[in-house]
Amino acid sequence: MNRTSRRSYTSFAWLGVMYLLTAFALIPLGLVLWFTVAKGLPPALHIEFYTNVFRPVGVPGAGIKQAIVGTLMLVGMASVMAIPAGILGGIYLAEYGLARWAGWVRLASDVLVGTPSIAVGLFVYAILVAPLHHFSGVSGSVALAVLMLPIVVRTTEGSVALIPNGLRESGLALGLPRWRVSLQLILPAAAPGVITGALLSVARASGETAPLLFTAFGNQLLSLDPTHAIQALPLTVYQYALTPYKSLQDQAWGAALVLVVMVLGINLVSRWVLRRQIALAGQL
Amino acid sequence: MIQPPAPVGRPELRTVYGAGPAKVKVDQLSFYYGKFQALHDVTFEIPEKRITAIIGPSGCGKSTLLRVLNRMYDLVPSARATGAVVIDGEDVVSTRKLLDLRQKVGMVFQRATPFPMSIRDNIAFAPRLLGWKPARIKEAVTESLERAALLDEVKDRLDEPATSLSGGQQQRLAIARCIAVSPQVILMDEPCSALDPVATLKIEDLMSTLTRDFTIVIVTHNMQQAARVSDFTAFMLMHPEHRYGELIEFAPTADLFNQPQDQRTEAYITGRFG
Repeated sequence: MNRTSRRSYTSFAWLGVMYLLTAFALIPLGLVLWFTVAKGLPPALHIEFYTNVFRPVGVPGAGIKQAIVGTLMLVGMASVMAIPAGILGGIYLAEYGLARWAGWVRLASDVLVGTPSIAVGLFVYAILVAPLHHFSGVSGSVALAVLMLPIVVRTTEGSVALIPNGLRESGLALGLPRWRVSLQLILPAAAPGVITGALLSVARASGETAPLLFTAFGNQLLSLDPTHAIQALPLTVYQYALTPYKSLQDQAWGAALVLVVMVLGINLVSRWVLRRQIALAGQL
Repeated sequence: MIQPPAPVGRPELRTVYGAGPAKVKVDQLSFYYGKFQALHDVTFEIPEKRITAIIGPSGCGKSTLLRVLNRMYDLVPSARATGAVVIDGEDVVSTRKLLDLRQKVGMVFQRATPFPMSIRDNIAFAPRLLGWKPARIKEAVTESLERAALLDEVKDRLDEPATSLSGGQQQRLAIARCIAVSPQVILMDEPCSALDPVATLKIEDLMSTLTRDFTIVIVTHNMQQAARVSDFTAFMLMHPEHRYGELIEFAPTADLFNQPQDQRTEAYITGRFG
């Protein structure tokens, strides 16, 4: 075997190894999706699943409306709290964050990213639920917002820092104040990354169970009042999956599927709404 | 208009004769990045409605000097300037009206940096944020594209993204964007170094028509370009020992290139170093 063919065999073999490992990495993703769809689809095909609330085992027509509405409320409120603050924080770090203070902010958000979500739940329990003596949607969304915040901060900082300095200087050279350049020129230019980060945080918050256990707590009935306990999809999955009843277990799979589809839907819709900005910034 | 020069070699270069009124007076300007001194005792006057080129080898401080003129160095926290740069009686170094200054002293960069928006919005961006009325903005868009010799090429595609333009067009768009806010001085930092010869020529032609209304200061490492387009040339060099940039010679371009007063200038323009 001469050298050239040995090299090409080696190259071929390693390429094969890479394909194999990539396939391995995709197996869990594929299996999760497959099981969720296969097991979740049967209950999710009934319209009552979306229009009705909890019914005792044996009573037909049970639904998870309270959980769908609850998750939308919880994640919606958490997004309103976390995304604007996180984006502004990220811009601050990337655009102005040279001082030692910014280093602490970075460290804090890194630590917060790694904090177990149940600890965040306990924290919110201590500061909101215990003093007010009842569980509430608000406390649940605060817990989710705490989890979302560092994700938004760091992804925003990362994508803003990638914007070439020339763009910043071009804006400033026109006599525009720095904050306007940051918010109205740099931020739109960084839009694709910022949006991805925000959506990542929404996806993360939508799937969290632990921080809701002793904040939003869960509710078998539909509640639109954020000051009362409300249900969420991951709570439904958690609670129903632990019961011995097949009908509730099926509903847990259905709720999991709804959750996956919902996160996917939020993702696609936001990208579609912001498509023009994403396309413009993508060409930079 | 330009009379034969009183040759201006280093210490006596306080005034340039035959230049008309000075628009920018740089007086004993020194500049520091933290402890590092980047410019030392630069003094010269930039004549109004002329093109002044700043040339010199890499690291001689020519870009730094340009960036002092509109305080672009404010982005660098440790940067500090001493001395004075006076434009219309107002000292740039100490002014508190930074935004007014930057509106008055526009800048075009080496890379064209189109904003991520349409061609029209690129120009309308700053006027909008400055609160101009829509009619005035519309007028400014057309007028500045016209003056930047770009209108004919883009008038049917104003709503297309600016990134769809060619490199040379993007650079002329940057010039149009700069003109739109009615500056008096335009700083150009190697505006053609990323462009092909044809696009370069267009920008150079444009520059000479712009001198009807604007004072232009261009930094270039291309001596031929300085010789082609500028009325006055400043030659800078890094001090071999202290490593700060110094102004070696400032004179009408023809004189600087034909009869340099300083042997270092002569060595540079004849290609013996740099």
